[in-house]
Amino acid sequence: MHAPAEQRCDIELELNGETRHGSAEPRMQLCDFLRHELGATGVHVGCEHGVCGACTVLVDGIASRSCLMLAVQADGRRIDTVESLARDDVMNDLQQAFNRHHALQCGFCTSGILMSCVEFLQREPTPDETRVRDMLSGHLCRCTGYTGIVRAVLEVAEQRHEGESQQQALENRNDV
Amino acid sequence: MKPASFDYVRASSKREVLQLLHEHGEDARVLAGGQSLMATLNMRLTQPKLVIDINRVEELRSIRNERGHLAVGAAVRQVELTDRTELATEVPLLAQALPWIGHFQTRNRGTVCGSVAHADPSAEIPLCLVTLGGIVVLESLQGKRREVPAADFFQGLLTTARQPRELISEVRFPLAQDGTEYRFREIAMRHGDFALVALALCLSDHGARLGVGGVADRPVAQTLPLGDALPDALNTLAWSLGAQSDVHASAAYRRQLIRELGRRLIEEPSHARPR
Repeated sequence: MHAPAEQRCDIELELNGETRHGSAEPRMQLCDFLRHELGATGVHVGCEHGVCGACTVLVDGIASRSCLMLAVQADGRRIDTVESLARDDVMNDLQQAFNRHHALQCGFCTSGILMSCVEFLQREPTPDETRVRDMLSGHLCRCTGYTGIVRAVLEVAEQRHEGESQQQALENRNDV
Repeated sequence: MKPASFDYVRASSKREVLQLLHEHGEDARVLAGGQSLMATLNMRLTQPKLVIDINRVEELRSIRNERGHLAVGAAVRQVELTDRTELATEVPLLAQALPWIGHFQTRNRGTVCGSVAHADPSAEIPLCLVTLGGIVVLESLQGKRREVPAADFFQGLLTTARQPRELISEVRFPLAQDGTEYRFREIAMRHGDFALVALALCLSDHGARLGVGGVADRPVAQTLPLGDALPDALNTLAWSLGAQSDVHASAAYRRQLIRELGRRLIEEPSHARPR
């Protein structure tokens, strides 16, 4: 595929489970495409050079900086943004824990952090505080001091683990 | 900021990449993981006429263990190596260094060869490549191919031996040698920040080969004697790298890190702290 600089390229991708179309010049960053072309304004644009992490989205399930990707590169990919987390206007467990633990104040960095947490907790379902802080080192939050965020992530990890254990126990009982 | 405009090609074969590099030379930039290039495009520090995207070139995505090396293709992401369980026995130094590179969110897209191409003096992958005596494979059109030792490839701050029409098609890390121990340690303001000093070590009965990143304008590796002669050798090494003071650390502090951290890394195995 060859696109001249001024040409708008057709892009088709799966955004939060829905097939979406749009068009963008080659130079358009993925974060701008998601916000301005597809209306996913939960994607926040901070530093635009990959440092702050506010624009983090999942690309084919992998947490990535959407300011460090071109929109044209996302053609045919699956993108998940913070808008994918709540179901029927009910926040998911991670969002609720952020709320409970005051893991946000202004909220600018939050959507990116949440998306990192999604992949992180899939890869490491039972992290310790050191691992959570290591994951958070890829995000800048200037309000919270991170303490509330760490608590929220650890609590969700524990809840999900307990939930799985109970599920497992139920299944075992049914086996008998 | 937003990038200046450029033509874009999503390449589908290595041959296409080489053809485009041949035609456009310095006007073209190869886009792999984009974790450095996209930032410089966004800040308009780089304004190429053409961006050649190699993310979907299958033949550049291979990781091969062959002829005493681990060969890593141009489009292989750093996370693919961290997920490779054999890496700890194949190239243990690299396995120890990978968690220190940026953040997991950037390792998810950043490539191994991209870090080599960018040639940041504090980057971990170039440091490992130089310390291990690895090779950078450069290809250009008409089957031209150069295999450049890592120590010759890195020529200064963001400067390498790559010619404008060449593609870094792969880098090769020598496999672990029996009887050699590998250790890595880094000091930065925060985890994931650029290294103030990064140290990579290959230790055997014959001596210690110590690589230092983040101090000189490129990664530098030297063989040091063990025992009583070590402190003097470390001191000489520390002074030889032309350490600079900046907002993060003074030159004197960087030299002290090389002397003290270098000695501990060599003499105290437990000092190679996993991240």
